[in-house]
Amino acid sequence: MAKDYVGQGKIGPKRLVVGAGYGLRDWLAQRVTAVIMAIYTVILLVCFFSGKDFGYSGWSGLFAQQWFKLASFVTFVALLYHVWVGVRDIWMDYVKPVAVRLTLQVFTIVWLLACAGWMVQILWRV
Amino acid sequence: MSDAVKENARKQRPEYRNIHVTDIVGYRLPLAGIVSILHRISGLLMFFLLPFILYLLDQSLISEGTFGYFSGIVATPFVKLVLLALIWAYLQHFCAGLRHLVMDLHIGIDKISARQTAATVLVVSLSLTALIGLKLFGVM
Repeated sequence: MAKDYVGQGKIGPKRLVVGAGYGLRDWLAQRVTAVIMAIYTVILLVCFFSGKDFGYSGWSGLFAQQWFKLASFVTFVALLYHVWVGVRDIWMDYVKPVAVRLTLQVFTIVWLLACAGWMVQILWRV
Repeated sequence: MSDAVKENARKQRPEYRNIHVTDIVGYRLPLAGIVSILHRISGLLMFFLLPFILYLLDQSLISEGTFGYFSGIVATPFVKLVLLALIWAYLQHFCAGLRHLVMDLHIGIDKISARQTAATVLVVSLSLTALIGLKLFGVM
């Protein structure tokens, strides 16, 4: 039995000392998603300002391309995770009553998922 | 140790507590602290206004007609103000985020550089917001 725990890293110098153990993963995810969004920002600005048509056809033409749809989609998923980590941190720091905090966290997830669905609809309707 | 000595030591020991909400007005944050709290405020603002951004994106993309409608809404002063707030939030969050990423590489984490980069973040994000604002309201 004990051997199994050693194998899973639960005992010994490499054991998990933090209960939930998601601190580092979320910290890292927040950085990686930030970089993805920063790169997308640059791509969007370059594509938009390097074009000649700033009207509807130029704008929708940009979003009509498959690679741009996918880049936008991946960036939105990155945004979703980034916002979840950030907003959850805010609720955890300032909202102490468990019931209110849980409600706000559930609201955050629902809000973000609804936005993600809408984003997909917007992207693949063009 | 007698009780009297214990009592005396307890009285003189300084006590530090978290600041209460009511202390906020009189509490002087360092520049890095201002950037830190603005990171949260700007992030939360964009979180709440995300559906509005999606609505505008949607209108701008569906058809030529809705694009015209989009251009119409974006031209009203109130929406311009909301957009400017969002642009400020984005720039503030972007610049402060870059500062975060650089500091994660252990660059500029001493007190003096942290203060300088915090000041740089504020100057860059506010001046870019001001420039875009002037453009947005047609002053420039």
